[in-house]
Amino acid sequence: MNNLFVYLEIENGRVEDVSLELLTKGRSLANQLECRLEAVAIGSALDTVGEQVFPYGVDVLHRFDDARLHPYTSLPHTSILVKLFKEEQPQIALMGATSIGRDLGPRVSSALFSGLTADCTSLEIGDHEEKKAGKTYRNLLYQIRPAFGGNIVATIINPENRPQMATVREGVMKKEICDANYRGETVSHDAGKYVSDADFVVGVIERHIEASKVNIKGAPIIVSGGYGMGSKEGFGLLFDLAHTIGAEVGASRAAVDAGFCEHERQIGQTGVTVRPKLYIACGISGQIQHIAGMQDASMIIAINNDPAAPINAIADYVITGDVETVIPKMIKYYKKNSK
Amino acid sequence: MSLKIIVLAKQVPDTRNVGKDAMKEDGTVNRAALPAIFNPEDLNALEQALRLKEQHPGSTVTLLTMGPPRAADIIREGLFRGADNGYLLTDRAFAGADTLATSYALSMAIRKIGAFDLILSGRQAIDGDTAQVGPQVAEKLSIPQITYAEDIQSVANGRITVKRRLERGVEIAGGKLPLLVTVNGSAAACRPRNARLIQKYKYAQTPSEKQASADDYPLLSDARRACLTLNEWSAAHVGADVEQCGLSGSPTKVKKIESVVFQAKENKTLDASDAQIEALVVELITNHTIG
Repeated sequence: MNNLFVYLEIENGRVEDVSLELLTKGRSLANQLECRLEAVAIGSALDTVGEQVFPYGVDVLHRFDDARLHPYTSLPHTSILVKLFKEEQPQIALMGATSIGRDLGPRVSSALFSGLTADCTSLEIGDHEEKKAGKTYRNLLYQIRPAFGGNIVATIINPENRPQMATVREGVMKKEICDANYRGETVSHDAGKYVSDADFVVGVIERHIEASKVNIKGAPIIVSGGYGMGSKEGFGLLFDLAHTIGAEVGASRAAVDAGFCEHERQIGQTGVTVRPKLYIACGISGQIQHIAGMQDASMIIAINNDPAAPINAIADYVITGDVETVIPKMIKYYKKNSK
Repeated sequence: MSLKIIVLAKQVPDTRNVGKDAMKEDGTVNRAALPAIFNPEDLNALEQALRLKEQHPGSTVTLLTMGPPRAADIIREGLFRGADNGYLLTDRAFAGADTLATSYALSMAIRKIGAFDLILSGRQAIDGDTAQVGPQVAEKLSIPQITYAEDIQSVANGRITVKRRLERGVEIAGGKLPLLVTVNGSAAACRPRNARLIQKYKYAQTPSEKQASADDYPLLSDARRACLTLNEWSAAHVGADVEQCGLSGSPTKVKKIESVVFQAKENKTLDASDAQIEALVVELITNHTIG
């Protein structure tokens, strides 16, 4: 009772990274709260899920294996979580801020009347004092997220309602096996008792899901462009540099919104969080929502013609100049000096 | 088959164009420095609604928004873009609402509007980016949902087919009406249908706006041509329980707000000269950062 639950996203029998990252975070929060970490797998052909998640410290795996539960649709997964949460009374429930978690989380929170915070960048445990009511709440989940386009950071709490629900984007938390030999218990539920035929009114007719073509999350070097690149053609320059030095291309939200680059490459609070060894920010002014997604890079080079650009404050090297001049020179001197 | 369509829309500060003066010295948001706009993805939703209306003669598109009195702008804009009617849900009791209290108020207003076939909304609003209100409204109304829609491919015989754009691909989903669909920014942009409607709705006002302008210009308002009245609803109008609205109806509370300060690093500043750039590149190669 009152444990910490993580909803697992599973594609082709494989538990997605975002869920493993949440299990890693969930394990450390559960240790702090001295409660158990429980995971929920809903889908079909879930035989290997246990061996995939137990090393992350899962104490109980709830398995709902039914051919009708894959691919994901909103209602059956909602019905299962709502009923399971009513039985198990978790204190915390976490899910990925993906197209699945962001479809499922609000539905479940609406049904249970529990608070949900989207896109958290940090989760902590802490107390809260309600001075007016003279009440103190112990061990609440602090759901920390940038708000207002990333210009402020808000700490959200749910003092009264349970579970305290939060979604987190892929890459924000670190994925770490806690014990390769950890073995939890698997509880296989009869999905038929949790869903009704009416839950299957929406069906998936066709599905084309591809493995991600872009892997900016794992790239050791990222060349990233902002609105200052000026155009889609301007981004071509970034691809040239990236090909030359073996990097991936990233982009700020402003560049993606302007159509210079596809959304998959967006770095920041509403995109991917990255931790490369080298991050080259080209024509990026450095809105907080972008910096939140790349500040942990080991080295940052900022190329910008504005010497007062906010990104310069967190950069190790600041090159003041036009990207159109600087990038071709970097390509030229890399080719000249690398062997 | 004619359709009754409700479009949920929100007036938002344009956070995409946050300038240096957007934040006050004390770290709070300077709302006055940000223009208030029709949430971009809600416009994509309106476009899908208007297309369905064109394909299914006799259909109606009703716009619903919740916000302060000035959110009447959203209704005016929706009307001249081609919506048939609109409702502004405004009340002090709604202030401080989180997504759940918002979805409760909206669901009560939808019940008051009456029968519908389809509810459309943007996937998310740019001031919160939560994507929660759409699904939460659907749950409150006990209807299914299809989120992340890029295109409503067809509506026929009480069924809808929707192309969804997901992180790593597309999905075609089908469902039975009534149902709620949230629309992505990758869907078609919204195009006003009839420029003459701008003149018609420019002077439309909510009862409170009429009251305010009558206070300011008592003589003028009598003389001016009768202008259209926009629908304005309070919590009482839609039968909402005020305990479930606004701050009191919100399970989430803001404990703390901080402006963001990043630890400034010591850095080296270079100019764009060949010598300095070559020196940097050589340094990066030598210490195996690149190459």
